[in-house]
Amino acid sequence: MKSLLVYLRNYRKESILAPLFKMLEATFELLVPLVMAAVIDTGIQNHDRHYIISMCLVLVLLGVVGLAASITAQYFAAKAATGFAGALRHALFDKIQSLTFSQMDLFGTDTLITRLTSDVNQVQNGVNLFLRLFLRSPFVVLGAMVMAFTVDAHAALLFVITIPVLSAVIFGIMLATMPLYKKVQANLDQIMNGTRENLTGVRVIRAFRKEADETRHFQENNRILAASQKFAGRISGLMNPLTYVIINLSTCALIYVGALRINTGILQAGQVVALLNYMSQILVELIKLANLIIQITKAAACGDRIAAVLAVQPDMKDGGAELNTDGDPAPAVVFKNVSLSYQGSTGHALEHISFEVSQGQTVGIIGGTGSGKSSLVNLIPRFYDVTEGEVDVFGQDVRNVNAVSLRNHIGIVLQKAELFKGSIEDNLRWGDADAGKQDFRQALEISQAKEYVDKKPGGIRYMLEQNGRNLSGGQRQRLTIARALMKKPDILILDDSASALDFATDAKLRLAIRKMSHSMTTFIVSQRAASVQYADLILVLDDGKLVGKGSHKELLQSNEVYQEIYYSQFPKEAVNE
Amino acid sequence: MNNSKKNAGQKTTLRRIFRYVGRYRGYLFLSLFLGVLTVLLTLYIPKLTGRSVDYMIGKGKVDFYGVRGIIVKIIVCAAITGAGQWLMTLCNNKMTFDVVRDIRNDAFEKIEKLPLSFIDAHPYGDIESRVIADADQFADGLLMGFTQLFSGVVTIVGTLCFMLSVNAKITLAVVAITPVSFFVAGFISKRTYSMFRKQSAIRGEQTGLINEMVEGQRVVKAYNQRAHVIAEFDEINDRLTDTTLKAVFFSSITNPATRFVNSLVYTSVGIVGAFSVINGSLTVGQLTAFLSYANQYTKPFNEISGVVTELQNALACAARVFELIDTPAQIPDAADAAAPDTFRGEVVLDRVNFSYTENAPLIENLSLLAKPGQKIAIVGPTGCGKTTLINLLMRFYDVRGGSISVDGTDIRKITRNSLRGGYGMVLQDTWLKSGTIRENITMGNPAVSEEEMIRIAKTCHIHSFVMKLPKGYDTPVSDNGEDFSQGQKQLLCIARVMMCHPSMLILDEATSSIDTRTELKIQEAFNLMMEGHTSFIVAHRLSTIRSADVILVMKDGHIIEQGTHRELMAAKGFYYDLYQSQFLGQAI
Repeated sequence: MKSLLVYLRNYRKESILAPLFKMLEATFELLVPLVMAAVIDTGIQNHDRHYIISMCLVLVLLGVVGLAASITAQYFAAKAATGFAGALRHALFDKIQSLTFSQMDLFGTDTLITRLTSDVNQVQNGVNLFLRLFLRSPFVVLGAMVMAFTVDAHAALLFVITIPVLSAVIFGIMLATMPLYKKVQANLDQIMNGTRENLTGVRVIRAFRKEADETRHFQENNRILAASQKFAGRISGLMNPLTYVIINLSTCALIYVGALRINTGILQAGQVVALLNYMSQILVELIKLANLIIQITKAAACGDRIAAVLAVQPDMKDGGAELNTDGDPAPAVVFKNVSLSYQGSTGHALEHISFEVSQGQTVGIIGGTGSGKSSLVNLIPRFYDVTEGEVDVFGQDVRNVNAVSLRNHIGIVLQKAELFKGSIEDNLRWGDADAGKQDFRQALEISQAKEYVDKKPGGIRYMLEQNGRNLSGGQRQRLTIARALMKKPDILILDDSASALDFATDAKLRLAIRKMSHSMTTFIVSQRAASVQYADLILVLDDGKLVGKGSHKELLQSNEVYQEIYYSQFPKEAVNE
Repeated sequence: MNNSKKNAGQKTTLRRIFRYVGRYRGYLFLSLFLGVLTVLLTLYIPKLTGRSVDYMIGKGKVDFYGVRGIIVKIIVCAAITGAGQWLMTLCNNKMTFDVVRDIRNDAFEKIEKLPLSFIDAHPYGDIESRVIADADQFADGLLMGFTQLFSGVVTIVGTLCFMLSVNAKITLAVVAITPVSFFVAGFISKRTYSMFRKQSAIRGEQTGLINEMVEGQRVVKAYNQRAHVIAEFDEINDRLTDTTLKAVFFSSITNPATRFVNSLVYTSVGIVGAFSVINGSLTVGQLTAFLSYANQYTKPFNEISGVVTELQNALACAARVFELIDTPAQIPDAADAAAPDTFRGEVVLDRVNFSYTENAPLIENLSLLAKPGQKIAIVGPTGCGKTTLINLLMRFYDVRGGSISVDGTDIRKITRNSLRGGYGMVLQDTWLKSGTIRENITMGNPAVSEEEMIRIAKTCHIHSFVMKLPKGYDTPVSDNGEDFSQGQKQLLCIARVMMCHPSMLILDEATSSIDTRTELKIQEAFNLMMEGHTSFIVAHRLSTIRSADVILVMKDGHIIEQGTHRELMAAKGFYYDLYQSQFLGQAI
């Protein structure tokens, strides 16, 4: 949390002035009982109407000045808090965009989104409240005590006793109930999950005839929730009655002491009234303070979560060299004894993989689910670093090349088709910011997207919704392929990115890519034997190991895994038919 | 017109709420009684305090007997009030949380009986938020209503009475200034409302961008678009910061402003009171009491204005929950419905018509005979009605025309429980419940023995991966099994069905994410298990269905071709084209 304070740096003036003006307001508020005491003890005592009116004007003046001070303070606090939150959001978003793939895997996108949205809001509220109240409340409590001492030191001793007792009760109850409310929240989550499950799984639940069981289960959880709510309510419900009784006991003591002091002529009635006023101010402010502390603790927890992301250091060192692809006879991609294991997992995702791909070749990568196909191609644009071995692109170790330059030469289409809100054109421009009409047409034609894009109102100016959800899965996939083609990459990687296309479209796509004029090295990852069968080189993966490499013919003759995959899709009798 | 309708709606909602609260009537009356009692005692104490001040007339003239009497009274009042407040809280908690629990139970019970057509047509989040968030909001509102609205009103009325009982003139002064407070608060909240709306619109825009760009961070990286994306973010972020500042600042004026109005009330009481004391129509003690009433008096007003919006919100939330509870349930089973334990598996569709919406016919005049033991495969392009057919077979939806019968009985004359017990079903959309793997796979047959479970698990190729998990079969499945791959989840769902030995089987793209090698082995297991039983298989992978006894080729809700693989290939029709398309790769 402390590390976040740098983002308040630009609001130093506001962060200091806000609490100061708040204290100013509190000071004026503390003066009010004294003025009223003067009204009673001097004005009324001497029947001085003029004095009374002037004192009441002083009260109004105190109110006006207090209002001005308070509004000024609110403004500075709001300015500092919102400005701080804005700077924090920027820094956090920037940091998230810089995280490497393995760091993204470790955090997961959901929690990063929460931190960027609701956590930042919580921290903003926390800072705002802190600036406004954290000095004010203790100041009023202590101030009331100090004022009491100015009236009468003897009676003020009662304040010295009451304040700690009240604080103990208030904070004790709050501390006791915090874990109880956490429990309530957990119980609520439980029934929320139960409800959601019964909606998402309605077909399975009904097919398995579990309605009655589920209802019983829900009612039991619901009963537990209500019981925990009532229990927490019982404890927190003690707060008001207990503090009320304590403050009244103190009032009684004050009355008695006041009576004694008046009897001996040390105090006047108005002064006792002022003391009684101060006593009632304490309670309100202490409860405010306790609530504030809860809010701040919550905000601090959110702040810690944000700080944890901001503290992450890049785990990949960018190489300095530019990737050089012109006129270089080096092979396009070389894997030298590559192994990969992901952070936080013990097993190997890839083990001792070596192969070499010449420029312009088409490489097919096939294997079952979890065999390591995606892991392998993700190493080429250096999304992950190898654990062992070396990956060379155009003769250069990817770790020696700067990432921007490397990725400028590689077009990769990921398994999950991700598009963004905006026109189709905006999306495609990610591949080439200065593209002309001809470029769009070509990319859409090759990716087999042209036909449906032309049918959309506005053509490439058709607006996509968030995540491109107003397109079908197959349409999205074709557009992500077009986006990659816009780059005119030297290396094109299709990571199972035609899975939602029917066989015919898939085949047309591959043919069109093959016919492209410039010599592009292409990697095709697929579960479909038909998709890789005509590649120049086929890599067969099984459980992270490279168990076969060669042409379709060679593998079909000699490679057992490839045979199994192939014949499971094209049975012998069908092939021979 | 519209307004009166809304009012009528609110009235029925209120009546419903009272019916739920009615079960806890005793607590309600006790709470109301305690509310009045504690408020009155609370208001009585300033009066006592004031009186005590009057006993302290000056040096040597203090009436200690009177002061002691007052102190005893204050202690007694405070003690009763404290106890009363706590008891009241207990009553309110009991009522609120039990009422919400009852409502939630009713809502959930309804969910279990809702027709699938309703669930499919409503976003899950919407139904879920009615049961969870709306019910919670309602609870908050109800609790606040009990505690603050009622006691607030009693406090205001009580304070007025107490003040009147002391001095009418000063009371008038207080009452005259109060509306200023409302005016100020209303003025500010009207202005801040539009600011907060603008703020939440911009925030929504930003959240949209954040969602996309964090989820798509890998794409941003792959295309070196970081700078571009951050510029886009900053543009929204600056606007958001700006609007937030305005909204936060203006809304935070409310407190100081009402406090200022309070101080005006306090001052007027001071002036009028002090003059009255000089006139002799008021004592100093009474003035003290008045000053503390003036301090308290405006507070409930501010609270009530907050509570009223909160209550209106709570009513709206309750209405949304009730709306769910009032949704018509699925048609109950016929009274004379049969409930056989097992089926031979003869399924007949006779001229079935069906559509999800009234005027968009989907399945028309579809007839089909599945003999016991046959393996029926259904293929066809997306949207041809394959999945719909399964919805009808399982009676998730009822046919609109024609009939479906099993073993000669119309399925509308069989209890849903019995019919669904006859089928084993695996859907493409894998769903696992939270619980252990064991609980999941034995869901249909909890009585299955350990050996049998492991035997089936091995057949389904899940045993070895389950044993690698930290707790084996007792490993918890969380978040619909997000730790497992799609293929593994499909295998778990297959194991779940294999445990129950159903009379008939439905597989809807059940092996689409399983690699073809494993799929072949699973199919062998299914063939063995379903020997002599009827099964329906939907798949787009043609290798999956080639061995079926009958292949139905569906298009636009009709069966356009029907026959074995060999027959259909020989016919060189739609199926033939579909089948050949997968070899296109070879031609290129």
